[in-house]
Amino acid sequence: MTLDPVLLSRLQFFWVISFHILLPAFTVGLACYIAVLESLYLKTGDHTYFRVSVFWTKIFAVSFGLGVVSGIVMPFQFGTNWSRFSDAAANVIGPLMAYEGLTAFFLEASFLGVLLFGRKLVPPWAHCFAAAMVAVGTLFSSFWILALNSWMQTPAGYEIIDGRFHAVDWIAVIFNPSFPFRISHTVTAFLVTTGFVVVGVAAYYLRRERATVEARKMLSMTLWLLTFLVPLQVAIGDLHGLNTFHHQPAKLAAMEGHWETRSGAPFVIVGWPDQQAEVTRWAIEVPYLGSLILTHTLDGTVRGLKEWPREDRPPPAIVFWSFRVMVGIGMLMMLVVVLANWLRWNSRLYDTVWFLRVCEACLPLGFVAVIAGWITTEVGRQPWVIYGLMRTKDAVTPSLAGSDVLVSLIIYMIVYLVVYPVTLYYMIGLVRAGPEIEEEPDRPIEGLQRPLPARAAAGAAGRPGTPIIAEPRP
Amino acid sequence: MMPLDFVPLWTLILGFGVFMYVLMDGFDLGVGILFRRAPNDAARDIMMNSVAPIWDGNETWLVLGGVALLAAFPLAFAIILPAVYFPILIMLMALIFRGIAFELRFKASPQSKHRWDAAFHYGSLVATLAQGFLLGAFVQGFRVDGRFFAGGSFDWLTPFSVLTAISLVLGYALLGATWLIMKTEGVLQDWARAQARWLMGGVLVCVGIVSVWTPFLEPKIWARWFSWPNIALLSPVPIISIWLALWVWRSIDRRAEFLPFLGTIALFTMGYLGLVISLWPNIVPHSVSLWDAAAAPRSQAFLLVGTLFLLPVIVGYTAWSYWVFRGKVRAGAGYH
Repeated sequence: MTLDPVLLSRLQFFWVISFHILLPAFTVGLACYIAVLESLYLKTGDHTYFRVSVFWTKIFAVSFGLGVVSGIVMPFQFGTNWSRFSDAAANVIGPLMAYEGLTAFFLEASFLGVLLFGRKLVPPWAHCFAAAMVAVGTLFSSFWILALNSWMQTPAGYEIIDGRFHAVDWIAVIFNPSFPFRISHTVTAFLVTTGFVVVGVAAYYLRRERATVEARKMLSMTLWLLTFLVPLQVAIGDLHGLNTFHHQPAKLAAMEGHWETRSGAPFVIVGWPDQQAEVTRWAIEVPYLGSLILTHTLDGTVRGLKEWPREDRPPPAIVFWSFRVMVGIGMLMMLVVVLANWLRWNSRLYDTVWFLRVCEACLPLGFVAVIAGWITTEVGRQPWVIYGLMRTKDAVTPSLAGSDVLVSLIIYMIVYLVVYPVTLYYMIGLVRAGPEIEEEPDRPIEGLQRPLPARAAAGAAGRPGTPIIAEPRP
Repeated sequence: MMPLDFVPLWTLILGFGVFMYVLMDGFDLGVGILFRRAPNDAARDIMMNSVAPIWDGNETWLVLGGVALLAAFPLAFAIILPAVYFPILIMLMALIFRGIAFELRFKASPQSKHRWDAAFHYGSLVATLAQGFLLGAFVQGFRVDGRFFAGGSFDWLTPFSVLTAISLVLGYALLGATWLIMKTEGVLQDWARAQARWLMGGVLVCVGIVSVWTPFLEPKIWARWFSWPNIALLSPVPIISIWLALWVWRSIDRRAEFLPFLGTIALFTMGYLGLVISLWPNIVPHSVSLWDAAAAPRSQAFLLVGTLFLLPVIVGYTAWSYWVFRGKVRAGAGYH
């Protein structure tokens, strides 16, 4: 048996990025949430915001730590396993990745220290500012890395000289055709994912009648946000789909399970796209709906997979089903939001046990949808690493032996299968411990305590439960 | 008009980024290397607290080094990384374990705390060893065919790279020990002094051997150092290095708190300078020059505009976060 370095490298990339993306999916949203809570606390002085913020900051710290170290893995993958791609595309992708580091990672890392450990070392406004900077950092990071990913999906603003890509127009490179849709869709997905985690945790407390003040605040705030974001996400998703229809029609044909190019195309609800037979088996279809969704006319033409030679088609079954998982979860989330607003209207939001159970059950849904969406867009791009220009099989490192990749893949699998469950275990422990025990600002490095300057101390003194100088605890 | 040559500036920026990484993650990896030898558990708490708020920022320089290499000198990125496939893999995995140990050790139950002690210690040690192998392999150079690495998966494992790996462990541990002298007091500080003293000796011996060995690796390096008038011009590098080592020793004996750390940084600077002198002007040693590996001028220029603005800002708020956490980390201090 020969070990194919291309296939194994793809599996390895799939493995490390799928695990990595779970963390930004959570930390981007959570950083924004913490920044909002800190701002509200600074503005209103309401101590509930403070307790909720401290609680989520602890969970944020754990997930952010893992996000950083699993993220460091990513750029090195480009070099170790995809060096031919790096060599060919570096003129375009290099600056985008470097800008991500320069604008985002340092911002996050430096202000994270102050957010986690500095509450008593800096004035309240500076601590709030640190929280905001961490959130801004996560958004900058999303901007650059999605600009890069979008460029690989819908390349623009480049020329090819001697087999290597050169940027001619940076604005066109960054704001390539799929970028505005991809970043809106992805960042909204991250916010929604975090929203459902917060809702799930709040429901967990409410059902056990613990920390009810904090939990109501979490549930109420977050459901307002989701009421706005979930329908928005469905609309953005539709626009993103239309963008794919125009720029990556083969991907869209796979998502829809269409083989024949036709006008008045149906919408396939479920089925099994058979790559060999070139049909979608056991299809349940709605006539004309496919054309209606994609062209907004009943008889619009939709291209099928047979338009492309076999070697230029993505594997349709994976793309077809991952797309349906994502959309299905989106519909489910809509239902939860509708139910939540109906219950709020009837003043039964906080004590309807079945609904709280539903919220708890929905806690991980966002993560599943993010992974499913990621698979849809990335597998749907195949067989290209740079769409239509460079094939994935031509991107791999030439010196790489299949056995080496097998070894590294196994090591990545073992390490992630240890580290992720262990981290999750500690996060669940933090949730179990709850927000109510936190009666004073958290996690100072108390050896570093100094009295704050008089002005700042006077500002802080008005807040209950905010001791200016912590006593070292036994 | 002649197109502007951005290569010298990018060399400086990349060199600065890598050196920042070596110094900053160097001392917190060093604290990890010394971690299991610490006199007691309370000392370990303080050691970890001394780096907990800043390790993340320190490690970010590694990412910057990686992506700046990709952006400014992509050919070097595409040749070097495949050549050190396994050291990179091992380094990344070790960094994962030590990275999560920062958060989870303080949240662990007393029964499982020792596991995170081990994760932090061995993670730091193994990551440093991997970087040391990488350094050794880098100095020795790689087999290159056209635009690709053409050697084997274990070319990086040589007697020379074993020595550089040991040297780097001792060097980072020295940085860690002198950092602790600066940031702690009492028993822990005395212990750190004792560590720093023997580590300084170890570094002197190992780096001495590496320095003598390096010119024999490659005739070009020999010629760089020992041809006239280079030998006269460059002789201050080893002389100042030895003087600095003695100075660090003396400052430890005089119970200075800040000077040992400063002196160790100066020593690292001299070592780095020596490396640059040996390898200049190649970015893939002995085969690809900085100019051959450079990205398109348009790409270098596009990134340069932002970097020249952002790098001082980054240095500014990094300094601010160090300033916030200045002073001694005291015994009996809790983390929670």
